[in-house]
Amino acid sequence: MNSEANPIAALVWTFGLMSLFAVGGANSAIPEMHRAAVDVHHWLTDKQFADVFAISQLSPGPNVLIVTLIGYSVAGVAGALAATVAMCGPTALLAYYVSRFLDRSRGARWPAIIQAALVPLSIGLMAASGLIVAQTSDQSWIAVLITIVAAALAFATRINPLWMLLAGGLLGFAGVV
Amino acid sequence: MPPESPPVAAPAPDASAPSPPHQPGLLELFLAFAKMSLAGFGGVLVWARRAIVEQHRWMTAEEFNETFALCHFLPGPNIVNLSVVFGSRFRGIAGGFAAFAGLVGPPMVIATILAALYARYGDVDVLRRTLAGVACAAVGLLFAVVFKMMLPLLKRRDVTGLVILAAVFVAIGLIRWPLQIVLLVAIPLSLAITILTRRMVKA
Repeated sequence: MNSEANPIAALVWTFGLMSLFAVGGANSAIPEMHRAAVDVHHWLTDKQFADVFAISQLSPGPNVLIVTLIGYSVAGVAGALAATVAMCGPTALLAYYVSRFLDRSRGARWPAIIQAALVPLSIGLMAASGLIVAQTSDQSWIAVLITIVAAALAFATRINPLWMLLAGGLLGFAGVV
Repeated sequence: MPPESPPVAAPAPDASAPSPPHQPGLLELFLAFAKMSLAGFGGVLVWARRAIVEQHRWMTAEEFNETFALCHFLPGPNIVNLSVVFGSRFRGIAGGFAAFAGLVGPPMVIATILAALYARYGDVDVLRRTLAGVACAAVGLLFAVVFKMMLPLLKRRDVTGLVILAAVFVAIGLIRWPLQIVLLVAIPLSLAITILTRRMVKA
């Protein structure tokens, strides 16, 4: 599927580099992943990429797992491991050092100011990505209703949210959504 | 620590929860992150907040907001960053590794098995239909978390914070300006406003 001498090295290089520019989470890097995997390296076709995306959303865990699946389809289990570690390792290390640095300078006022300033931005971004996902997932009034009911129940009650996901899945399976 | 049972006391709002009474060990970190990760269909944030703030009370709502905001703006997958920062805060580098391994390990195995099944059987139409239903509910859960994360701001009557929040939401969610440009403007602006308001409060 690919013409490169060492696919593992290509995976590590591609995702290691990509992770350092992926501000705002794995989902904001999806367009860039598509470009790298489909257009640049020809690891996957367009349809395969869409399927891999669907599987990564279907399986539990962080959204970054799409990288695992791309790695798997390029070079099997070794590729899956290499791609995942390359995508998570460097930024996890960076996060570790930044957080330790902030903790150490607890006495200083500026770390608290920076974090306080970032909180509303972070929540605003989450709300925006919620809206964007909702616009693609909620294509019918039943779908919108499921979203609203799930949001209300999760906010106001202590019901385990897994039940809401399960109910949504069953309705989807039955073809209602 | 019973994982699924709600806290015994009356469900007080999370913001008033006392600071962490108990320091999680390595195995506890691994298991907690494995559990929230395996429950995390359509995003782990919902489960991370539920486990860390509501069930284990390892952080207050405010501490969680600040830690997540930091991880949100560092590059890379933010829940992965959160696991490392959270784990290492309690147990150093080993804690960071334990939380990271719990978060990524088990779902990686599941995703790989699913990928192998897909390679074997190809068509995922039924799966996709089911997934569409799960996605609708998952988005609802995300909105609920966003609103819960707003509660500390609402309680403090933090008007400037709420205005910034709304502005980012409109710029990215409604107008669809590119993320980088919005952040390039919004981060310095929010910093300046925060510094100014703190000075005014002090004066």
